[in-house]
Amino acid sequence: MKNDLRARNHPSWWAFLVHRLSGLALSLFLPFHFWALGQAFQGEARLDTLLRWTEQPLVKFAEVLLIVLLAAHLSGGLRLLALEFLPWRGWQKSLLAWAAGLALAAGLAFALAL
Amino acid sequence: MSGAAQERVVASAPGASAIAETWLWIAQRASAALLALCVLVHLVTIIYAVRHGLSGEAILARTRGNAAALAFYAAYVLAIAVHAPIGLRTLCQEWLGWRSASLNWLVAAIAVALFAFGLRAGWAVFVAPA
Repeated sequence: MKNDLRARNHPSWWAFLVHRLSGLALSLFLPFHFWALGQAFQGEARLDTLLRWTEQPLVKFAEVLLIVLLAAHLSGGLRLLALEFLPWRGWQKSLLAWAAGLALAAGLAFALAL
Repeated sequence: MSGAAQERVVASAPGASAIAETWLWIAQRASAALLALCVLVHLVTIIYAVRHGLSGEAILARTRGNAAALAFYAAYVLAIAVHAPIGLRTLCQEWLGWRSASLNWLVAAIAVALFAFGLRAGWAVFVAPA
């Protein structure tokens, strides 16, 4: 058990977990996203009604979280592709920090634009 | 059945599965490469759109009758419909221990549903009435 925890308490394992959980959350969100865009069949006014609903603070918070998760899945995925397909170089060790930084930067840029 | 024939039958099942798994691995990486580009464009568009005021009119002004945007969404949706179900399949296998054939059917159904529903969404913002 101790050994198991030691093996998991490592930045790469946390990166793996974030990639898994963000992928799951984004997959669950997709049907709602597609449904919302499909409302465009009913015209601009219907989209405006939906956009007004997203003005609620909790929905805004969820949106920021979604942007961070999307950016984290992107940057974490790019890290994995680099590790799998590029020859190993020392700089790849810092990819994890870059991936986390990019995800947070995207969330911050979105939050500031809101 | 001779010993050699029996061996072939036994050997064929894991072999076939290994080929399928390899194709799924390739599809997951190829769709990831396409998604990397699509998600980057999507993120930049989201932040640009929100900065310039989000409204039904502003969204549809960008997408209505825009064939390039529709082609982009179609490629994006295709990559999602390949990538997400394969990821969910791995998750079900490793975290839920679900490894039967029923999982493959469910994953295939999710892929078709995501593709159809995603294309419908892209089409909606392309032909949306005022």
